[in-house]
Amino acid sequence: MTPSVEIDEHQKRLRLGGDWQQPSLPDPSAVLPLLENQAGNWQADVTDISAWDSRLHALLLRLHRILARRGDKLELTGAPETQQRLFHLATAVAPPTQAPKETPPLLSIPALREGLTQVGESFLDSLAFLGSAIQALFRVVTGRSSMRLRELVSSCYQSGPDALPIIVLTSVLVGMILAYLGAAQLQQFGAAVYVADLVAVGMLREMGALMTAVVMAGRTGAAYAAQLSTMQGNEEIDAIQTLGIDPMEFLVAPRIIALVCMMPLLVIFADALGILGGALVAGGMGVTPLQYISQLESVMTVTHFLVGLTKAFVFAMLIAVAGCRAGIKAGRSSAAVGQATTDAVVTSVVYLIIADAAINILCEQMSI
Amino acid sequence: MGNAVIQVRDLVMAYGERVIQREISFDVNAGDIFVIMGGSGCGKSSLLKHLLGLLEPAEGSITYGDTNFTTADPVTRQLLRRRWGITYQSGGLISAMTLAENVALPLEQYSDYSASEISEIVALKLALVGLDGFQSYMPSEISGGMRKRAALARAIALDPDILFFDEPSAGLDPISSRRLDDLILQLKESTGATVIMVTHELPSIFTIANNAIYLDADSKRMIETGDPNWMREHSEHAVVQQFLRREADTNAADHAS
Repeated sequence: MTPSVEIDEHQKRLRLGGDWQQPSLPDPSAVLPLLENQAGNWQADVTDISAWDSRLHALLLRLHRILARRGDKLELTGAPETQQRLFHLATAVAPPTQAPKETPPLLSIPALREGLTQVGESFLDSLAFLGSAIQALFRVVTGRSSMRLRELVSSCYQSGPDALPIIVLTSVLVGMILAYLGAAQLQQFGAAVYVADLVAVGMLREMGALMTAVVMAGRTGAAYAAQLSTMQGNEEIDAIQTLGIDPMEFLVAPRIIALVCMMPLLVIFADALGILGGALVAGGMGVTPLQYISQLESVMTVTHFLVGLTKAFVFAMLIAVAGCRAGIKAGRSSAAVGQATTDAVVTSVVYLIIADAAINILCEQMSI
Repeated sequence: MGNAVIQVRDLVMAYGERVIQREISFDVNAGDIFVIMGGSGCGKSSLLKHLLGLLEPAEGSITYGDTNFTTADPVTRQLLRRRWGITYQSGGLISAMTLAENVALPLEQYSDYSASEISEIVALKLALVGLDGFQSYMPSEISGGMRKRAALARAIALDPDILFFDEPSAGLDPISSRRLDDLILQLKESTGATVIMVTHELPSIFTIANNAIYLDADSKRMIETGDPNWMREHSEHAVVQQFLRREADTNAADHAS
C-alpha cells in the first residue's frame, strides 16, 4: 500500500497510513505551513501504518520541533508501545540550542585568509620548534641530556642502512634519466661524451641530494611523524614529561642527529650510483668506459661534491625537524597520525624545494 | 585545612576559547583516596592533566603542600613530580623500551642508585604487581591488563607520596579490574600514599574512595564534593545520586547473581 498523509485541519489531526518503508515517501511540505499557522497541539494518528523505518520518526520529530517552538506538542496516537517509546525518547531531548558549526566555503576570502594565516603560523611554529631542537642538540653535545644511545643507534639504523635499497633504485634510475636527457641533445652535435659531465655535475650538485631528500622525506620524515604522534596518542609523551625528561632531548634529538649523520652518507652513495647509472646509458650510446671516466676526472671537483653535501646536511635537518614537529604537535586521535604524516611529508618537500632554490641562488651569487 | 596535600582554588579549565569546567575548588588530604567522578566528556582527565602540569589552567591555582604549582618554575615542578607516581589511561609505557627499562626509567632519572640496585628494585616492583619474569618483554607483547600493572610498577618505582591514576580499570574485565583495585588498595595501605584517581567505575569508587568530587558536564561546574557513600545518600543534586545510585544498583545485582 502506498504511504499517505491525510490532513484534518479542524481537528488538527494528521492521519498517516500505508507502507512507510517504501523508497519514495509523501512530500511533507504541504503539511508544514499548516502546522506553523494553526496554534495548539496537533495529533499524528499512525494506526493505519503497516510498516515504517527511521524516516517516519525523523519526520515526526521535525513536525514536533515546529510545534515545540511555540510551546505546543505533537501527540502520537495509534502507535505500538515500542514506537511510542522511541518517539518519546527523541522528543524528550531539547532541540539543539548550539548554533551549527559554520564552515566557510572552500573558495572564499575568509577561507583564504584563514589558510594563509595557518601557513604563516605553521612556519613560525616550525622556527620555534627548530630553536628548541637546537637547544636540545646543544645539551646533547655538552653531555647534559637524557638522550639514550640506544634510541640514537636504532634511529640511525632506520634512517641509514634501512633506506639503502630504495636509494639504490632511485639514484641509479635518476642517473640514467639524466644521461638519456643529455644524450638526446648532445648526440645532435656529436658530443655524446659530454653526457658524463652532465650526469656527474647533475648528481653531485643537485639530484643526488634532492632525490635522496625526497625519498627520505617520504620514508623517514613520515615515519618520525607517525612514531611520535602514536606516542602522543598512547600518552607516552605525557609520561616522559612527567618523569622529568624533555621529549625534545629524549625523542627528537636522536632522530635529528641520526638523519643528519646518515643523509650525507646516503647522498655520497646516491652520487656514486647515479654516475654509474649514467655510465650504463652512455655505454649504450657508444661512449666507452674509458672515455666516460676520463671525462669524469676533468669535471668532478671537490666544490660540486661539497655543495651537494651541504645540501644533504640542510635537507636532513629540515626533514627531521618537519617530521618530528608534525609528530610532537599531533592530536591524540588515530586520525591525527594520518594528519601528522601528511603534514610531515608536505611541509618537508616544500621546505626542501625552497631551501634548494635558496642554496643554488647563494652559490650562483658567490660563484661557487 | 591543615594537612591538605593538594589545594585547588577557583580552577578554570579551557581549551582555547572553549571552557570545559569552571570554579573548581577542593582539598585532598594526606592519605586520601580521592576520586574525580563525572560522566564522559566532563573534563575528568583534563583535570588530572592540570594537576600533573601537562595542561595549564586558564585561571585559578593548584597548590601542593606549600608550593604553588601553577606559578612554580620547571625545577620546582620537577622536585614535586619526583614524589609522584602516575599511570595513564592507556598505560603510558614507552613502547620502544622493555618493561624493565620502563620501570627503571624514573629510578635512573631521579635517583643515584647503581645499575645493580636499580635492576633489583625493578624486579621487586614487577613482583609486587605480579609481573616478575617479564622484565625483557616489550609493552606490545603483553596483554592490556598486564600493561596497566606494568605501568603501576613504574608509578611506584620511587615509592611516591602521591599516586595518580587515570581510569586504571578502564577496558579491563570485571575480575581483572577488581584485582587492580585490590592491588592499588594494598599498595596504598602499605605505603600510606595519597591516591588521586579518575574513574567512572562505580565498584572502584565505593570500594576504595573516601573522598570525591563530581564534575557536571552540563553546568560545567564541580557540583558535589565529599565521601561518595555520603553523596549517594545525601547529595542535593539529583544527577549525582543518579550517577551513583543507578550504577550502584546494577552493581548490587551483579553481586547477587
